[in-house]
Amino acid sequence: MALVDIRNVTKSYGSTQVLKGVSLDIKEGEIVTIIGKSGSGKSTLLRCINALERIDGGEITVEGQSVRTDMPNLRDFRQRVGIVFQAFNLFPHMTVERNITLAPVLNKRIAKSEGRALALDVLARVGLADKIDAYPAQLSGGQQQRVAIARCLAMRPHLMLFDEVTSALDPELVGEVLKVMEDMARQGMTMVLVTHEMGFARNVASKIVFMHQGRVWEEGPPAELFANPRTPELQSFIASAR
Amino acid sequence: MRSFSLGDFLSLLSALQWTAVLVVIALGFGAPLALLLALMRTSASRALRWTATAFLQLVQGVPLLGLLMFFYFGMPVFLGVEMPPLVAVGIAMTVYTASFLGEIWRGGIEAVKHEQWEAAACLGLSTWHQFRYVIAPQAFRMALPPTVGFLVQLIKGTSLASIVGFVELARAGQLVSAATFQPLLVYSIVAAIYFAACLPLTLWARSLEVRLNGAR
Repeated sequence: MALVDIRNVTKSYGSTQVLKGVSLDIKEGEIVTIIGKSGSGKSTLLRCINALERIDGGEITVEGQSVRTDMPNLRDFRQRVGIVFQAFNLFPHMTVERNITLAPVLNKRIAKSEGRALALDVLARVGLADKIDAYPAQLSGGQQQRVAIARCLAMRPHLMLFDEVTSALDPELVGEVLKVMEDMARQGMTMVLVTHEMGFARNVASKIVFMHQGRVWEEGPPAELFANPRTPELQSFIASAR
Repeated sequence: MRSFSLGDFLSLLSALQWTAVLVVIALGFGAPLALLLALMRTSASRALRWTATAFLQLVQGVPLLGLLMFFYFGMPVFLGVEMPPLVAVGIAMTVYTASFLGEIWRGGIEAVKHEQWEAAACLGLSTWHQFRYVIAPQAFRMALPPTVGFLVQLIKGTSLASIVGFVELARAGQLVSAATFQPLLVYSIVAAIYFAACLPLTLWARSLEVRLNGAR
């Protein structure tokens, strides 16, 4: 069974329909990369998977559970589905440790010493254990984004969503974030990414989804999709993304 | 008639205590109410927003003097409740404080980026925890300089309580002035005492503004 099952999802903002019947399967351990022009609905789709946006029609299930903005156990659900944002969204008034342990301490009532160990563990996975006592403003953009990833990992999610996580970074900082994501992919994390990083899509993704005008226009393994785009829309997108 | 003496000066200073009492009452009861109003104004419920807005419009549209008169002279007439001056003045100052601080704090809450709520929600925090741990500390930082600024307004505003016969600093000034017949001297001293009480706060508010702006 698919970990995420998206069936015929529609979504409008006012009179603009941004998702026009999207269907997609995501299996456990898959790295799914959603590409497409801005306005194609890719970020909206990602946010729907985490119940950050209400869908108008169709259904999204994650681990067999129907995703709704008013679902009864939304808070538990959110801890199983982590999301990393373009703008990092770290809490500026808290240290890195507190950013990471806030949710586990409040939600799972773990002890303080346990929290420190947890923070060190997830920071080690993003290569930032030495920054545990720093404040976000003292870190570079790439480091902040890695802390945001660590903060997600601390909830031990079953699925992670990445919403253009390298788009706000200076070019020389993109690599360190992508490397962390590659490591996670290797360790078997199920990941859904919206990205403009074609290199990452090509080399790490197990499936590419090309969205166009609110629809899944083409999908398939990267080798196949990039070598033989069937539609003129994908052909021109690949040509322009180079 | 007698001339202005050290004893008169000391009686002015001791009246300052009652000014302080009024400020403490206004903050003690007004601040929690202000927080409630700020939360209502930023809540998702339209009914709560409208209730809070109506209250704020009403209170902010009336001068503090009007509020004092209403609670001291009006309440006995309308509700048949006789109130001692301290209670009437205390209620008026509380309502006044709640409405202005409430608006200042609402501004602070709204100045925190929406994404901070979202990020906290995505970590599975309850709405209260999102506010308590993520939004409120940032909002408080931003609202602190105007909050201190309002405190200065509040201290000066307590002088209006003299109108209903409550003996705080301004009223004490009237009494001493009447006894000594030296209004210019007495009121100058009263003004100097208000100034001395407010100046540190004004300076603090300014330094906070510079420091917090510099920080982020």
